Amino acid sequence: MTVHASSQMAIGPDVFHLPPEVEPHPQNGTLLGFWLYLMSDCLVFAVLFATYGVLGDRYAGGPSPVTLFELPTVALNTAMLLMSSIACGFAMLSVSDGRRGAALVWLGVTGVFGLAFVGLELREFSHLVQIGAGPQRSAFLSAFFVLVGTHGLHVSVGLLWLAVLMVQVASRGLNADVSRRLACFSMFWHFLDVVWIGVFSFVYLIGALR
Amino acid sequence: MTRHLNAAVQGEAIGHGSRRGYMTGFGLSVVLTAAPFWLVMGHVLATPVQTAITVMLFAAIQIVVHMVYFLHMNTKSEGGWTMMALLFTLVFVAVTLIGSLWVMYHLNANMMPMSAQDMRNAP
Repeated sequence: MTVHASSQMAIGPDVFHLPPEVEPHPQNGTLLGFWLYLMSDCLVFAVLFATYGVLGDRYAGGPSPVTLFELPTVALNTAMLLMSSIACGFAMLSVSDGRRGAALVWLGVTGVFGLAFVGLELREFSHLVQIGAGPQRSAFLSAFFVLVGTHGLHVSVGLLWLAVLMVQVASRGLNADVSRRLACFSMFWHFLDVVWIGVFSFVYLIGALR
Repeated sequence: MTRHLNAAVQGEAIGHGSRRGYMTGFGLSVVLTAAPFWLVMGHVLATPVQTAITVMLFAAIQIVVHMVYFLHMNTKSEGGWTMMALLFTLVFVAVTLIGSLWVMYHLNANMMPMSAQDMRNAP
């Protein structure tokens, strides 16, 4: 009864949404929750890494990593993602300084490097499919495409998220909501870079040794 | 007001990054990325096994560097809950990886031998 009365008071009889200045989240709740999401995502990648670890040497008479992987391209890809990560860090510094223009520029740089990463990866994938080393060729290639493809999918969705946030920064400024979302995005982006460390070390570099 | 809110949203939750911290992390990451690529592409170490172990060691160190300098992990943020969640996840990741490799290795060792030719003709 009391709850009903107070919510009536807060929202009013003819308004059907919370007033925008009411913060629906408890202090810091969002960022801890987002961290827990990242940890669950970590488990998803752990399963895919384990699958690749088990199937990574099952070539079924098909091509092996040594003949397929081009390490200079992988090194370039790694550099793109690292540059994107550091640009995202500088964007967050601009956000905490309240410098909207600088934040937008750094977020743009983050996006450009991220796009370069996805572009290079798509080029690698299409090359592999063209030479008959697609995911259906062997267990090794199935596991490879699922693991690296899931990471690439995360980066692609992250780029979409980044674009939406850049529009919000441009139109609404660096208010509390946008800043909180940017903090979540930066955690997501740095997390993807951490996963990529596992990918280039465990899949590409160790694959090239086989 | 906005600046104050920003500081509250970011500072307490994911720790204060500084330009210097990011540059330190970036510098370390460049070295820790370049070194394993150089080891593999230049065939520096004697055996592939040595190289593989070194590469995984570099990866582990770089993951810690990213966690500390980019994700601002410490035992204080969110009252220690981010660290608790991370440790819990690491245990599960370790069980998943080591357990899968261990079990599947032994299953494979107990399978009947099969050549690549057999595999091509398998249904």
